[in-house]
Amino acid sequence: MAKIPPLMLAPPILFAGLAAMFFWGMNRDNPNALPSALIGQGAPAVVAVQLGELATFDSSVFSDGKVKLVNFWASWCAPCRVEHPNLIELAKDIPIYGINKGDQPGDALKFLDDLGNPFIAVTTDYTGRQSIEWGVYGLPETFVLDGEGKIVLRFVGAITQRRLQSELMPAIQKARAAN
Amino acid sequence: MKRLLLILCLLASPVWAVKPSEVLDDPALEARARVLSKGLRCLVCRNENIDDSNADLARELRVLVRERLVAGDSDEQVVTYLVDRYGEYVLLKPTTGGANAILWVAGPVMLVLAFGIGFTYLRRREQGAGPDQLNDDEQRRLDEILKG
Amino acid sequence: MLIELGHFALILALFVALVQGVVPLIGAHQRRASWMAVAEPAAYVQFLLTAFSFGVLTWAFVISDFSLSLVVQNSHTDKPMLYKVTGVWGNHEGSVLLWVLILAMFGACAAVFGKNLPATLRARVLGVQGMIGVAFLAFVLFTSNPFLRVEFAPLNGQGLNPLLQDPGLAFHPPFLYLGYVGLSMAFSFAVAALLEGRVDAAWGRWVRPWTLAAWLFLTVGIALGSWWAYYELGWGGFWFWDPVENASFMPWLISTALLHSAIVVEKREALKSWTILLAILAFGFSLMGTFIVRSGIITSVHAFANDPERGFFILIILAVFMGGALTLYAARAGAMEAKGVFAVVSRESALVLNNILLAVASFVVFIGTMWPLIAELFFGRKLSVGAPFFEAAFTPFMVALAVALPIGVLLPWKRAKMGKAMAPLWGVLALSVAGGALVWTMQTGRSNLGPVGIALAIWLIAGSAMDLWQRTGRGDLAGKFARLLRLPRADWGRVMAHGGLGITIAGIAGMMAWEVEDIRVARVGDSFEVAGYTISLNDVRREDGPNYSAIMADMTVTKDGREVAHLTPEKRSYPVQQMPTTEADIDNGLLRDIYLVIGDRQTDGGWAVRTYVKPLANWIWAGAIIMALGAVLSLTDRRYRVGAGARRRKGTTVGVPAE
Repeated sequence: MAKIPPLMLAPPILFAGLAAMFFWGMNRDNPNALPSALIGQGAPAVVAVQLGELATFDSSVFSDGKVKLVNFWASWCAPCRVEHPNLIELAKDIPIYGINKGDQPGDALKFLDDLGNPFIAVTTDYTGRQSIEWGVYGLPETFVLDGEGKIVLRFVGAITQRRLQSELMPAIQKARAAN
Repeated sequence: MKRLLLILCLLASPVWAVKPSEVLDDPALEARARVLSKGLRCLVCRNENIDDSNADLARELRVLVRERLVAGDSDEQVVTYLVDRYGEYVLLKPTTGGANAILWVAGPVMLVLAFGIGFTYLRRREQGAGPDQLNDDEQRRLDEILKG
Repeated sequence: MLIELGHFALILALFVALVQGVVPLIGAHQRRASWMAVAEPAAYVQFLLTAFSFGVLTWAFVISDFSLSLVVQNSHTDKPMLYKVTGVWGNHEGSVLLWVLILAMFGACAAVFGKNLPATLRARVLGVQGMIGVAFLAFVLFTSNPFLRVEFAPLNGQGLNPLLQDPGLAFHPPFLYLGYVGLSMAFSFAVAALLEGRVDAAWGRWVRPWTLAAWLFLTVGIALGSWWAYYELGWGGFWFWDPVENASFMPWLISTALLHSAIVVEKREALKSWTILLAILAFGFSLMGTFIVRSGIITSVHAFANDPERGFFILIILAVFMGGALTLYAARAGAMEAKGVFAVVSRESALVLNNILLAVASFVVFIGTMWPLIAELFFGRKLSVGAPFFEAAFTPFMVALAVALPIGVLLPWKRAKMGKAMAPLWGVLALSVAGGALVWTMQTGRSNLGPVGIALAIWLIAGSAMDLWQRTGRGDLAGKFARLLRLPRADWGRVMAHGGLGITIAGIAGMMAWEVEDIRVARVGDSFEVAGYTISLNDVRREDGPNYSAIMADMTVTKDGREVAHLTPEKRSYPVQQMPTTEADIDNGLLRDIYLVIGDRQTDGGWAVRTYVKPLANWIWAGAIIMALGAVLSLTDRRYRVGAGARRRKGTTVGVPAE
């Protein structure tokens, strides 16, 4: 057997690397989730726009010293329905501020009437501008804010029990410990 | 099955890319907005730019780009504004900074390498039998060995 | 019952493929003629079984057998018959079955046309083909079975995605698969040659028509997909550099390179190990494309419902075949030494340049497609690589290729003089520069893409014509014309393919540089001007189709008072899927398309209307079709019809002159 020139070894070795990368790529938990560019920064400004008769809020509440959640939702968003019971459960433990995006007020209020209201206060974002400030791209999205109003975690997609335990709760606890 | 099951975000809503109401009156600003939009990714649609996309978020971003241009932002400022909020994921043309340099030089480096190998090969062909060329007898024996 | 028979046939096909993949390879290794002889009948039987199975599935779609889960999910009784049939491959399971059918068909073709291959080579080619068959049949049966029943058959199905109910897209997948899977033949020949331990001119001659056929289908498949995107998506784009499009483009680039390097093997017995590598990579990129589309590993706008289990299965197939072939390549290919001797300036070198440019260009597409994954894995960065990157990084290679091409084809084999080759081209060069300059002066303040593109296109088209003219030799004009018609079809094929590339380049340049777009609100009765055309919105009315309802605009296009076209763009809504589609209406012209789209009704009672005037748009696809026709012509060349594959006497190293 003739000796193998090193150049000939390049193709199988490169391919092995590629296959390993594919394998890793397939094992990613949530390949479509984007990290937030705002982690560690102060939460962007929020303007109070009342939804029906519900209590509303603006950015001033973020620095009240408590760890809190900010949840972007809409009545037309199916995963928002999925996570809603978990939000109601969570609300017993932590204040949740809701930002209603691109909805008709009637639809949004009906959604909360039907499924319950987990939010301590709600503001609305008809133009989508506030969502852009937060870097929101899909609904639902949930942000964990620390007591000073810094963004600790961005959570994209429905809060399922599994992801609640594995991602959201640890971040909340860490933020509380640091407080 | 390339385009099969496609373009979900296209179907997400019956509105369409750049609507008449969005177009700016100033043609120069509008032209800048179009160019910028083509380089910005519609985040929900994945690989589409916001200029082509029908998604709500794309429309909101198009309006935002135009508002900032009208407010007097430079092209860079508009792009930075979005990168600050969405990260570099929003850029369809990756930056050249950091590791991305590898991406940008990969092609040219590979070309130089290929020319190097190709030229060495050609020079060897020009001189006929290269140093490790077998003569016909050796070749035949090798063939027999390889055939088992 | 029939369904179960189809299912059973598929299971049988798996076993037959297993036999085809094992017995002949052992037979070839141990020189047992009877074992090798198994290959041919196995290939035929595998094809017949798969064809029966595919026929059964098609029948189930035709008669809308809603006891089949696949039919429920992808068909509907109201669907036109054409789309019932094309719905068979409009989904993951059916498309993989089509893939398997085409694979078996190529295997059977290799058995039919490979009668005069040496026995061991033929057994090995069919054996490798059988092994690929095993992998994909197992993939269908274990992860993507199309023959699963539902417990309670519903009264009607969920219908096919409306965007797929279109002739352009209906026939896009079969052509693409013929291309992808056709490259498996080149792969099997390469692996068989590595097992044999020899590559000679005859091998080059055998592998080339298969590659040419695969390339021709791939070209048509990609062109159909791009054409569909152009008229269906409603904004007239034709190429988006999406990962899934790139996945089909990379095998095209590599097989184009393979097509050219195989000529050097055939004529000059050089570039052997490189050609083997290209043959392996061409199919490797096809498999990788399949993996990207069906695993969802890279975010793309086009994707099948992604299923990790299927992704892993394809990854294993990819790893086994690519890993195995490349390892075998590393072990064996070093022994394939070139025989032909040639100068640095020669046709051979020109083909090496062609290969370098095409290979590096596909490397650029590859790294651009993979970069988001690489950046995330190694650098923790989530980023995008989109059209602007590819346009900047890829285009220079195509420009270089186009510049070199007309010179390269005129260089003689072995040893050439640049000055002599250039002599007939000075006129062509002058013509191209003049054409580019004329275009440049006619446009003001626009991008340089137009003039450069037009100059390149003239250079390619006129250069190809000159190539043909030079083949007619010396003598008087009448003699040259007579000889022109008697030239081998391969010469005409080459010239058409190269000229077709020029036409496509002109189309891309024209469309990207001079497109005019107009977006406005128009009321019924309004007229407006776009790029010299007057467009009137006469009426907007409701029109219903068999399985959709539509809003149709009635519009006329006039120029200088004469009617140019009467167009009816639509907005359709498919109730079964609750999906809207836009149906642009296009007046196709030789020099421009007029492209109209109707949008939403505005609050003031007007309608949103988009108008594009797209210069030279049709040239993009016309060029691709001409390239494909060139390949057809080349395939019917005499040397493939008569005594094809007859191994030339050993020891002859110098090829037949191409002239």
